[in-house]
Amino acid sequence: MALQFTLNGEMREVSGVSPTMTVLDYLREQAELTGTKEGCAEGDCGACTIVLAETVDGEPKYEAVNSCLLMVPQLAGKHVFTVEGLAESDDLLDPVQDAMVKTDGTQCGFCTPGIIMALYALRQSEAEITEGEIHDTLAGNLCRCTGYRPIVDAAREACAAAPDNSNLEIIEAGDSYQNGDQTFHTPKSIAEMAKLCAANPEANLLGGGTDLGILVSKEREALSTVIHTGRVAELLQIEETDTDITFGAAVTYTAALPFIERLYPSFATLITRIGSVQIRNAGTIGGNVGNASPIGDTPPCLIALDATLILYSEAGERELPIEEFFLDYRKTDLKTGEFIKAIRIPKLSENQEFRTYKISKRYDQDISAVVGAYRIELEGDTVSDARIAYGGMAAIPKRGIACEAALNGNAWDLATAMTMLGVIQEDYQPISDHRASKEYRLQVAGNLFQRLYQELSGVDEALEVVAV
Amino acid sequence: MDGSQNIVGAAHDKIQHDSAVKHVTGKAIYIDDMPSLPGTLEIVLVTSPFAHATIKSIESAEALAQPGVAAVLTAKDIIGHNDIAPIFEGEPAIADGVAEYAGHPVALVAAETYDQAFSAAKLVKVDYEELEPVLEIQDALAKKQFTYTPPSVTKGDPDKALETANHRLQGEIACGGQDHFYLEANVALAVPGEDRDMTVYSSTQHPTEVQHGVAHVLGVPSNAVTVEIRRMGGGFGGKESQPTIIAAMAALVAAKTGQPAKLRLRRDEDMIVTGKRHDYEFKYDVGFDDEGRVEGIDIEMAMRSGNVADLSSGVMARSLCHGDNCYYLPNARFHGYPCKTNTVSNTAFRGFGGPQGMIVIETILEHIAHHLGQSLDDIRKVNYYGQEKRNQTPYGQIIKDNIIEELVDRLTSEVDYEGRKKAIDKFNAENSILKKGIAVMPIKFGISFNMPALNQAGALVHVYTDGSVHLNHGGTEMGQGLFTKVAQVVATVFQIDIDNIKISSTRTDKVPNTSATAASAGSDLNGMAAYDAADKIKSRMTGIAAQHFEVPENDIKFRQNRIYGGNESITFAELAQKTWEARESLSATGFYQTPDLTWDPITCTGSPFYYFSYGVAISEIVIDTLTGESRTLRTDILQDCGKSLNPRVDYGQIEGAFVQGMGWLTSEELVWNDQGQLLTHGPSTYKIPGSRDVPPEFNIHILEDAPNRVPTIFRSKAIGEPPLMLAISVWLAIRDAVKRSGDGSKRPNLNAPATPEAILKAVTEIRA
Repeated sequence: MALQFTLNGEMREVSGVSPTMTVLDYLREQAELTGTKEGCAEGDCGACTIVLAETVDGEPKYEAVNSCLLMVPQLAGKHVFTVEGLAESDDLLDPVQDAMVKTDGTQCGFCTPGIIMALYALRQSEAEITEGEIHDTLAGNLCRCTGYRPIVDAAREACAAAPDNSNLEIIEAGDSYQNGDQTFHTPKSIAEMAKLCAANPEANLLGGGTDLGILVSKEREALSTVIHTGRVAELLQIEETDTDITFGAAVTYTAALPFIERLYPSFATLITRIGSVQIRNAGTIGGNVGNASPIGDTPPCLIALDATLILYSEAGERELPIEEFFLDYRKTDLKTGEFIKAIRIPKLSENQEFRTYKISKRYDQDISAVVGAYRIELEGDTVSDARIAYGGMAAIPKRGIACEAALNGNAWDLATAMTMLGVIQEDYQPISDHRASKEYRLQVAGNLFQRLYQELSGVDEALEVVAV
Repeated sequence: MDGSQNIVGAAHDKIQHDSAVKHVTGKAIYIDDMPSLPGTLEIVLVTSPFAHATIKSIESAEALAQPGVAAVLTAKDIIGHNDIAPIFEGEPAIADGVAEYAGHPVALVAAETYDQAFSAAKLVKVDYEELEPVLEIQDALAKKQFTYTPPSVTKGDPDKALETANHRLQGEIACGGQDHFYLEANVALAVPGEDRDMTVYSSTQHPTEVQHGVAHVLGVPSNAVTVEIRRMGGGFGGKESQPTIIAAMAALVAAKTGQPAKLRLRRDEDMIVTGKRHDYEFKYDVGFDDEGRVEGIDIEMAMRSGNVADLSSGVMARSLCHGDNCYYLPNARFHGYPCKTNTVSNTAFRGFGGPQGMIVIETILEHIAHHLGQSLDDIRKVNYYGQEKRNQTPYGQIIKDNIIEELVDRLTSEVDYEGRKKAIDKFNAENSILKKGIAVMPIKFGISFNMPALNQAGALVHVYTDGSVHLNHGGTEMGQGLFTKVAQVVATVFQIDIDNIKISSTRTDKVPNTSATAASAGSDLNGMAAYDAADKIKSRMTGIAAQHFEVPENDIKFRQNRIYGGNESITFAELAQKTWEARESLSATGFYQTPDLTWDPITCTGSPFYYFSYGVAISEIVIDTLTGESRTLRTDILQDCGKSLNPRVDYGQIEGAFVQGMGWLTSEELVWNDQGQLLTHGPSTYKIPGSRDVPPEFNIHILEDAPNRVPTIFRSKAIGEPPLMLAISVWLAIRDAVKRSGDGSKRPNLNAPATPEAILKAVTEIRA
């Protein structure tokens, strides 16, 4: 069946295009809307940002996404906005456009359409906008001309304007879309998905497409079968009990963030540094785990938090401690036809603290050189249970058994924290690459115990440069 | 003659960029946005994976057999000469026989769609025989392998001064390269015409050079090639010589197939295939007196030129002319070594060698300060150029407009520099993990192309009988607001509102033989040329008005969109109509050549700069001694813009250049593997600054009441490049914080960029 969505307010029914065509290519080449630009085709520069809107639980939801990483069938059921769709005329600009003109937020203008759309999505939010949120919003949009100050000013000014009154009709998303020998499945239930996975063991599972999207965007691969997890009701659930919280695998970072912020604030800070708003609106927690990258940011946290994975297939469900899931570089314990249904994270007990630190060349939207994650349980001044994991330090996100042993039963003081620099290499033998050398990774991973100690002991000084 | 407050968009008015509304609505058209002509072919490059290899054979039959594929071309298919060298010769557009860097284009695949070309390109079989590559500056230096004859500047007797000085120090420092990361990657669209004509739409800062390159490769005269560019999505020097390669390839495909052909590099290709800012390694030897006054200095500047010279000789000339920065060096020798390496040929980048020259002299003064137990500021004070004496540069130019000490004094007192240094001492005493640092950076930047011949410009202005004006000039728009500024000039001459002036795309058939829009000189040169053209028309119109009003020409006034004579007035449009009726030309070309320039490239002496631009910045930063992370907390800038043509545009240039410079010195790190392949070739691995990296307190002041002492266009000054070097304040402040992390007895061992890893290493060493 044809794909249905609106594009700048007009209903579109699309068929006859490859399901793995990127939305960016669709907009520029098929819809002849060239305002949206390609800057990198890897979801890092934001020049291709568009806004997808949908009514969710009766509320309008506007989300900025990278159109370069999105496949056309992912538009089904959405209201799509591009830079061409905002102004009524050149004299009647959207408040975001107007502010960007007034503050001189444009120079060469090539990043501008993406920035307009990122800020347009921010403007639709009811919440009061802080400086921090403006930077979070802009983290996914690179500008090489202005030095950003006028763009930040424009964001502040434009977001003072009220959100649009939106009436976003519900559009049917459809089940599967086919073109030639390519099929894009959009299952709605977990049973349906399990059946598809069993029948198509070689299919690519698509969550937000923030990694798989690169295959189509840059490598131009015409994937034959794609199964999209984004409309599977069971995978979108978030369930909370007294003892734990369970995120469906297709829950996006953005959707999970308020819960994580309440339960594990340090983890939430890390999540706001994963990719950008555009990436977090699309990317899923299950995707970050299933991808099994050694430099994924959430797996070390999930390991330290003692999370478990609920894996599902037609044969049934099983639950597995997350650290047993990662077998080797990009290799997991998933069986054929099996997929991640949910991630269950225990809540912290009274005497547990959780902290995570990410080290990268740039604070925002960078891939980690090192991520350290620590759950420390204290009895008085003694460590009774430490769970530690690092990313970027091995071929898989890996638990630090020797580090834990060195802490458990010992006094929690600066001297202990400083000894960890010597212990860390028992657990990890990192590699050198373009992000960092192995020496740096080891030194920082060890040093972070000092930051951890200082923070948990509540010293009265700023501990991170971003906090000064 | 000067601006007026009575029209909209006069010179000095704070008006917005002419394309701002088009930018925010997505209506601004870039080359890839142009509607595709029927039959347009898409081109994909086949590039060498090896840094150095003989190309033994290229087998293209399988690729050619793929659906949609129209052509597979190699160096052998070049019709004219395979040479697009901008300065020297022998720089092929397509590798011929030997690939000299990983990423060197060896073949082109053209097909109906990009995806067809992309998959066919993988089927082109190139048989290489690997050769030993030279990958490092030091290797090339040891082998004396250069892209052109190494130049040097000498003044006085540095050897003797070094021997007799009371104090003498030696040291080394290095700074990394930088990718331009314009958001619009290189792109060209070539459309064949009748005869052997070719129209090329090229995202270029230098349409004339693209015209020459295309003509060479196609073997046609320059008059067969027309190059057009309305706007680029950023340039920064990366589109000065590099677009010629891209355009020549697109034109070759178009000529061979008879179909329009487009080559748009994808981001990774752009970063791998095209050149960047030169990284440098420096060695210095300095002699000075007890107060730190430099008596003799010898600096070796070794640059990574890459596989060919490209613009390296110009870049090195500017390094040699900026190794003094603001300081008088009575006896000096600067050697330049353009090292030929098997890496992509480096090229122009905002600052063009100036930033590298400045970084080394600032390091040297800091070394002197450390040695004498004084502050860098103290050492600068005794070394600043004087007014009447101590005012000659190492290359022989007398500096006549020096205001640097005044700028430094004003800014340091305005921002309470001394008080803040004490507050930083207190912060550092109270904080065990985070340490702050602060630094001043003064700059003096020479304005004009080092090569006098390039300092010329042309313009073409038409007035139509309805009073509307068509403006064209040789400058190109890459976001810097040049078109806006030049339109302001013309509005001012005619005293009409700027919206009467149509800004049009740069075309080689309208204004020929132009220079690149570069060297910060775009508005100086093209503003003057446009002024000349408009003024010619105005004087003809004045004659007609004098006849009409029956008053002497002296009594004719152009004011507020009207022309006054005696007690009467008519509109500009009415006068245009009358001028036509009187059969006077309403069209004129304009021309400008910068006066008083001399330069001998052999001895590296002369007065290559019409004037100097000055600025000062003070930056305060904080580092984390556990992780090496850093953050710029506050920057204050005082920048000389002469009498600014458009302060809104100039603010944007200052802020943007500063942040770009900050990126070069902090987070932007180019990493190659030991095979010479670039590992950081996209924004996921190469980190330019984001919005949070901009100093949260960022105060920019344009120096008031400071008209240029030489008669530039409305006494303004160039602004494109100078503020980039103000970012060296951030790097110096990081070094200050690293030094303060120790007991003060050691100097920081920290090159640029100061990445977290580099900072942590330096902190660890200083505490060892």
